[in-house]
This record gives sequence, C-alpha cells and structure tokens, in this order.
Amino acid sequence: MSVITDISVNEIRKQFPILNQDVNGKPLVYFDNAATSQTPQVVIDALVNYYQKDNANIHRGIHTLAERATTGFEATRKAVQQFINSNEVEEIIFTKGTTEGINLVAQAYGRKFLQEGDEVLITGMEHHSNIVPWQIVCQQTGAKLKVIPVDNNGEISIEEYESLLSERTKIVSAVYISNSLGTINPVPQMIELAHAIGAKVLVDGAQAAPHHKLDVQKLNCDWLAFSGHKMYGPTGVGILYGKRQVLEKMDPYQGGGEMIKEVSFAGTSYNDIPYKFEAGTPNIADVVALKAAIEFMNEVGFEFLHHQEQALLNKGRDILFDIDGFQPIGNAKEKASVISFLIDGVHSFDLGMLLDAKGIAVRTGHHCTQPLMDHFKIDGTVRASFAVYNTVEEVEQFAEALTDIVKKFRK
Amino acid sequence: MSIADKQQDIIEEFSMLDGDMEMTINYIMELGEQLPDMDASQKTDDSIVKGCQSKVWLMAAEQNGHVQFQADSNTAVTKGLVSLLVRVLNDESPDDIMNAEINFPEQIGMNRFIGTQRSNGFAAMIKQMKLYALALSSKSQTDA
Repeated sequence: MSVITDISVNEIRKQFPILNQDVNGKPLVYFDNAATSQTPQVVIDALVNYYQKDNANIHRGIHTLAERATTGFEATRKAVQQFINSNEVEEIIFTKGTTEGINLVAQAYGRKFLQEGDEVLITGMEHHSNIVPWQIVCQQTGAKLKVIPVDNNGEISIEEYESLLSERTKIVSAVYISNSLGTINPVPQMIELAHAIGAKVLVDGAQAAPHHKLDVQKLNCDWLAFSGHKMYGPTGVGILYGKRQVLEKMDPYQGGGEMIKEVSFAGTSYNDIPYKFEAGTPNIADVVALKAAIEFMNEVGFEFLHHQEQALLNKGRDILFDIDGFQPIGNAKEKASVISFLIDGVHSFDLGMLLDAKGIAVRTGHHCTQPLMDHFKIDGTVRASFAVYNTVEEVEQFAEALTDIVKKFRK
Repeated sequence: MSIADKQQDIIEEFSMLDGDMEMTINYIMELGEQLPDMDASQKTDDSIVKGCQSKVWLMAAEQNGHVQFQADSNTAVTKGLVSLLVRVLNDESPDDIMNAEINFPEQIGMNRFIGTQRSNGFAAMIKQMKLYALALSSKSQTDA
C-alpha cells in the first residue's frame, strides 16, 4: 500500500503533499507537529476512498456498504491492538481524542470509585486535559488532586513521586512525554510503584504515540489515551486502551445507540466492551483512515523515526543555543524532539508572527499547560516540534530566520 | 483630517508593501515604536483590554471636547496594530468615534495577516475605544 521503497526523509516527504507549498511567499517549514502532525497521501486516500465507496453506518446494517464500513472500522481496532500490543481487541475504545479518553476514565471510573479522602496524583507538567477532568471528578466525589512537582530542568523526581504515593492514592494519571517541554517521564517505573500500593494508572500518551513504541502489556498501565492527529492520522479520532477487567468495572460514559444490549422504558442493559463506551455513530471515516496512518508508521519504523527525530533535536540544540539571548525551557536528560524556548527581550508572540512571515510554523503561548508555565514564571514559550518528515536543512533555515529576527530587535 | 481620510492614508501606505507579509509586519512594528510607552503605573487591570492574546492597555481622556488615547502592549506587533487605531481615532469627538466605521484593517489585508484570534483582539480594542468615547461623552453631558 505504501510507496516507500527506500527509507529516506526525502522519500517520506514526497508522501506529504501539504509540505510542498509556499506560505507567505516562502517554502513551508512545519514545526508544529506536537499540536498536529501532517497526514501522508495514504491516509488522505483512505478518507476519500471511504466516502467514495464504503460510506454507511456501522454494525447494524445488513447491506453491503454497511458491511464494508463495519469491516474497515473494526480493522482499525485490530491494527491499534497490534500497534500498542494490547492483549485483546475489545480493550481498544475509539474516542474523539486524548482529552475525551481522559474524561471518560475520570467519569466512568473515577466518579464511581473515588471517595472523600482518596487522592488522584498527576505531574506538574500535565496538559490541561489531564488536569481539569480530575478537578471535576474530585469536586464531584470529595477526592483530592495532588501534584508531583517539576524541577527547573522540567523533570520530576521518582523520590518525590514515591513520597506522595500512599494508601489514599487511587489513581495516578501522568503524561508520558510533555507536550510543552518534550520531557520523557519515567512512566514504567511510576506504574510499578503505583501498582505496588494498589493505585490504577492512566498514561497520557498523546505525545508518546508518534515517537515511542508503546507496549501496554509491558508497561502494564491500566489505561492509555492517545490521539490520531498527532501520529500522522486524521483529526477527531483517538484511542482509549483499558485493561479488560478495569473496563468491565466501569459504568458507561454516555448513553445512546450502540452502547446498549436491550432498552425498555423500565430499564436498559448495556453492551459489552468496547461498545459500552462508544455511544452514538462514531467518527467512522477517520477511524477507517487511522489504519493507514498506523501502517505508515509501521513501514517507517520506530527505529528510523527515533533516529531522525533525535538528529533534528541534536542539530537544533547545536545551532539554536548559540543565538543571542536564547533560553531553552526544559532541559530534561530524556527528551523527545521538542525545543521550547524564549529569546531575551523578544516576546514569543512577536517571534511566532515573524517566523510565520518567513514560512515557518511554530507554536507560541502556554501550550495548554498554564500551571507548568507558572512554575517557570513565564507566560509562554516558542515551541518547535519535529516529525519524521522534517530535515536538518529546515532546522538550519529556522536558526537563520531566528538569528535574523533577533538582530532586528537588537538594533 | 477626518477619520475616513486617516484610514484612507493608512490603506495607501500599506498598499506600497505589496502584500509582503514580512515587510508588513516590520512596518507595523516600526509604527508601534513611535507610539509613546505608557507609564508602568498606568498598566493596570482597569486599562487592560480583554480578548487579546497579548497584553494591550488602553486609556482615554477628554481635552477640549476631543478624546486623547494612550495605548501600549507587551508585544511589538500588537503595539503597532493598536498604534494604527490610535492614529485613526485620536483627537476626535466622542460622537465621531462612536459612529466611526473602522474599515482599514480589512482593506490592508489585516485579517489575512493577523488570523482570527488576533482579529478578535483587534475588535476588542475598537470596542474598548468606543466605550471610552461613550463614557466621556456622557460625562461631559452630565458636567454640562
């Protein structure tokens, strides 16, 4: 299906038509991959093919198109199962994205099992979507939200984490890779320690899924949430993995079609997992196309992906750090391909506007991690985040552009 | 010069930049540099404009029946943008400000340049300036 014959960045880039364009009169350099990665032609083709040939509602139709749509939908579930090596295909739930996955766990598990005096533990570098759902369920249940502090390198310490764990801790919910800083947290160790005291663990894998081979059996997490649009897939589709025995204990998240076994006005019995958590017509087209994104990633392979992204990160560290006034934010030893920074005397917002004028797309602002920004006593950063299709030449262009902009402010 | 004439001047100035985004932003920043800084003591929660991504402070006072604006921002681009509004609306009567139809942002392709989020910020600045004009006009009516 894929057309990659010999893996090279140039071959990979050819599969991403969106990259081949000028923005503001300059060739596009897309460094906003931690927000949304671009989709290869195979994913676009899968979407078009679905609407041109197979579009129908899934599961209950007996006609041919319904059967094809259902087959495509369930084939992606199988592909995801293999992608994260879950034990059973029923442990894969389709969501809108990571945010919905976390909300689902907070409400369907947290609201049912948390009690007054219980604690939910998160890190100080969480995305708002791994803070607010827990604040809501803590308000509903009287449980308490506790935070593992982040140090000045943008890391957490296992010792501090251990000191916060107690028999009151019922849920640990932690980001695997920080979206703002790129910090890779010691999640395998955190899961082991949490399980030792009987707590359940949710892993926010939104940034991890595109960069790291995730193996949920090896990790032994209770839940893993991630998004399609950060791993070369379409927007509006995400995955929630949960262990069967945990998912079966959870109440439905929303009521509606598909999630029921039988409905009468006297009462309703619920469907089995995963359908119990998939009320209403799902995002069929995007789920179907997500399979093409997984196949693309499998074809490229995590080894190449990792190698390429670390090369970009190292190049960035080499040449960006010399720029006048450059202040990196987050210097974790274990770091994904994200460079978050500020420039002395130049507001990040101006930098973002001026970079865009040069065709370079970066993100500026708090990256939906305001508590983390408060920790660093800043109101935002400029973030360049790399994907497998980015090149060392683009990083060089980026450094030149930044140098040029900074010069203007130094006059 | 009327509000409409001042806007026409701006439209003509920007037309010379030929839609080049880099030149446009640099020009906007240069205009911002010419706007006097506001004193730190004036940059309070009362003078801040809500609805902007970067911080914008706006103040107004009445002098001989005309409104005098002061504005500042913590970012160079936004300061340039607000300086354009000050240039258009400064030293006009409260009534003229309230009735002004601000059309230059669209005409100079500002919507394309500043995106929706920033356009909303721009709208918030205009709204704030009109509210100041309204407040000053009712104040002068009460005083009279």
